[in-house]
Amino acid sequence: MKQFETVIGLEVHVELATRTKIFCSCSTEFGGEPNSHTCPVCTGMPGSLPVLNKQVVEYAIAVGLATNCKITQNCKFDRKNYFYPDNPQNYQISQLYLPICRDGGIEIETEDGGKKTIGIHEIHMEEDAGKLVHDEWGENSLVDFNRSGVPLIEIVSEPDMRSADEVIAYLEKLRLIIQYLGASDCKLQEGSMRADVNLSVREAGASEFGTRTEMKNLNSFKAIRRAIEGERERQIDLIESGQKVVQETRRWDDTKEYSYAMRSKEDAQDYRYFPEPDLVPITISDEWLDEIRSRQPELRTEKLERYKREFNIPEYDAGIITSNKKLADIFEETTAICNNPKKVSNWLMVETMRLLKEHDMEPEQITFSPENLAKLIQLTEARAVNSSVAKEVFEKIFEENIDPEKYVEENGLKTVSDDGALRSTIEKVIAENPQSVEDYKSGKKKAIGFLVGQTMKAMQGKADPGMVNQILTELLH
Amino acid sequence: MSLMSLTAVELGKKIKAGEVSAEEAAKAALDAAAKKEAAINSFVTIDEEKALKQAREVQKGIEDGRYTSPLAGVPVAIKDNMCIEGMLTTCSSKILGNFVPTYTSEAVLNLERAGAVIIGKTNMDEFAMGSTTETSAFGATKNPWNTAHVPGGSSGGSCAAVAAEECSYALGSDTGGSIRQPSSFCGVTGIKPTYGTVSRYGLIAYGSSLDQIGPVAKDVTDCATVLEIISSHDKKDSTSIERKDCDFSAALVDDVKGMKIGIPRDYFGEGLEPEVRDSVLAAAKELEKKGAVIEEFDLSLVEYAIPAYYVIACAEASSNLARFDGVKYGYRTESYAGLHNMYKKTRSEGFGAEVKRRIMLGSFALSSGYYDAYYLKALRTKALIKQAFDRAFEKYNVILGPAAPTTAPRLGESLSDPIKMYLGDIYTISVNLAGLPGISLPCGKDSSGLPIGLQLIGNCFGEKDIIRAAYAFEQTREYEHSPLSEN
Repeated sequence: MKQFETVIGLEVHVELATRTKIFCSCSTEFGGEPNSHTCPVCTGMPGSLPVLNKQVVEYAIAVGLATNCKITQNCKFDRKNYFYPDNPQNYQISQLYLPICRDGGIEIETEDGGKKTIGIHEIHMEEDAGKLVHDEWGENSLVDFNRSGVPLIEIVSEPDMRSADEVIAYLEKLRLIIQYLGASDCKLQEGSMRADVNLSVREAGASEFGTRTEMKNLNSFKAIRRAIEGERERQIDLIESGQKVVQETRRWDDTKEYSYAMRSKEDAQDYRYFPEPDLVPITISDEWLDEIRSRQPELRTEKLERYKREFNIPEYDAGIITSNKKLADIFEETTAICNNPKKVSNWLMVETMRLLKEHDMEPEQITFSPENLAKLIQLTEARAVNSSVAKEVFEKIFEENIDPEKYVEENGLKTVSDDGALRSTIEKVIAENPQSVEDYKSGKKKAIGFLVGQTMKAMQGKADPGMVNQILTELLH
Repeated sequence: MSLMSLTAVELGKKIKAGEVSAEEAAKAALDAAAKKEAAINSFVTIDEEKALKQAREVQKGIEDGRYTSPLAGVPVAIKDNMCIEGMLTTCSSKILGNFVPTYTSEAVLNLERAGAVIIGKTNMDEFAMGSTTETSAFGATKNPWNTAHVPGGSSGGSCAAVAAEECSYALGSDTGGSIRQPSSFCGVTGIKPTYGTVSRYGLIAYGSSLDQIGPVAKDVTDCATVLEIISSHDKKDSTSIERKDCDFSAALVDDVKGMKIGIPRDYFGEGLEPEVRDSVLAAAKELEKKGAVIEEFDLSLVEYAIPAYYVIACAEASSNLARFDGVKYGYRTESYAGLHNMYKKTRSEGFGAEVKRRIMLGSFALSSGYYDAYYLKALRTKALIKQAFDRAFEKYNVILGPAAPTTAPRLGESLSDPIKMYLGDIYTISVNLAGLPGISLPCGKDSSGLPIGLQLIGNCFGEKDIIRAAYAFEQTREYEHSPLSEN
């Protein structure tokens, strides 16, 4: 049997987190009534002209710097011409000749624990298109231009990856960098990060690349993994049966776990690129570059080290918390309020992780506020709620972002710390359970557990178990 | 005598003095247009109701001191490629035959802020592609000096409307000579400013890197006054330039003593009609008499300007005009089977022959495998032409030559031979490629009574030089009203 090597390169589109669009001042907010975030510019009305959003350039440079790219200090935009109704001008303003970033790379960890650099060929800026919506009642398609003009960067890797694991590792690393920069939320499901996979196979040891295909419509890491494995097998089957791989674009159907040919190289469009005459070239001065460099936020590795050093968080925990920008942000904001990094880390590592898994959610989808988690930690520290009540309250915070103080108050969950009330309940429990008292006194110290349980039951869970234990021991002597 | 026989500045003074109301001025323009349009067809749209309403509002504004511009209340016509909110804007094309913009172009807004009263939209070559105003989907405009002749183009409607005195002044646009050449053919004055001086926001693009809006009027004073009003630094146009020297009327001085004027020998070679040559050289003599230093020189590269221009302008146009597809606005074919058929039929039916020719030329020049040989080479040629002008302006303040090699041709003569028509742009085109300002003003007539235009070209931001030279020359002759102005 021949051995085959898979060669993979990625084109990753990332939607930038600017408030306004790339060439006009319309909002980039997701959702909204169709065509409510539009103006003459992003609907391609005659006579309208694009004006570049400076923030887009700054984000692109920030990503370029964080991925070790060279910044093209004299870059410009080009027009990519093609007809499609979601593209109001029938050209897309993009960059071909002088992309803003080139020749970078990021380091990933391979399966065997080693390190490998994945090269970045270029990063360029461009505008997103609108969205076609099928009219349910007629035979027409409708166009929503709310997304038209939303800024994107396209990150083109070198064909340096050899397996699905490496691809996922590269994408996760890239996503983390971009999230840390605040340049995008990088949500695959919502399309703010999209990856097209260029894949070819070759016999192990061969020096030439095989013919590649490009796979589109990959909406999750799972889909990417399945598509890579499926396409690798498809190409090997073709080669082994003496057929040829055709250079083409294929669309992955994740429910059928199969890809379909969309268009071959022969029907590839001629985009007739030329320099965009409505925009002036962008000059990135050394000063501007330095300014952006000085504003680069702390990235993951630095953050992890700081958590260990500053908060005394174990390496493993710090690793998990910093593996996601959202988790790290919650950690820092909550800690800033309650000044109790250990407890914050605990809530994130245990209960938050459990609930994320239970709800099949990504950390980005977390909706609770650091304020409410901090309040909960303060309540437990003040022994105002016991740990089982705290877990119950946290579930409410996680699901509905409730205010724990109010919730505990309204639902009467506050631990009864009134010594008198507790003492009289315990006296009653002792009186009602003579057998257990006897057992305890005769040396079966475990019997106290039953009495604690009975007390908690009588108190409807609102007692501090430590305090119950203490009073019981005292009364039983 | 009609109020329309006055210059814009003269009429503005009368309005300011209360001798004439803005509404009376608007009515005079509307009446003149009503009488002459059948013969001349310089307008695509005349909006009487809007014009009179605007005139009444401006009149109030003049009386309460809100409008103080010298042109407040003066009627203007706008070339139909500039968007005006709520007013049909067609580019003289079937494909935009029903297009009503929701926004107003910046140049027109600047006029409105100064109290201009808009009479209507003027006819043009379809999408400004042409030199005769015959490619309009709404019929050709006729030359007010002889209606058997074309007015030139593409701003033929604006120039004819000024010459026929249907308005006091007009706005045109100039991509390769589209203000200067028809100004020359119609015996009026027009300026193409330095690229970036007037905002292109709202101007429906033909060749984006070459397009500039400019004034057309009876004389240099009017043109300088209008240009001063429409020039602005507009953040909505990235190619707009911030200038501090837009007080163009300050250059209206009859003094050219010591001014160095270069005459490019290359502009006086084959193809130039002797009568045009003599008239232009006689104008140079007049300036010399006033103390200017006239010298002949070789500009060079003139013959490369036309191919470079047609590659760049058509390439940009092929992309700029892609948005007219029947999806969002404008004309859509009646019956079609699927998206691609709709695109094809809409564009085949909606565009005229000259527009299709230029879209195809441009698409070809940009296609893969030809880009370097055509588009890149044209860009390099453009850079060399700019350098040739730079060298010339090291020696001269102003370059003088004809605006066009001939006077206005007869209707129907040009379109059958597009190459010949393209060659007619030889003296104006390189000015756009180099981004320079140019003015065309009347300097005589040929034996058949058709006007001849003198072109003065300035260095980048050198509008004041050409305005001064043009003003000085203008003082040596009387303005001649066209036969169609007398009604």
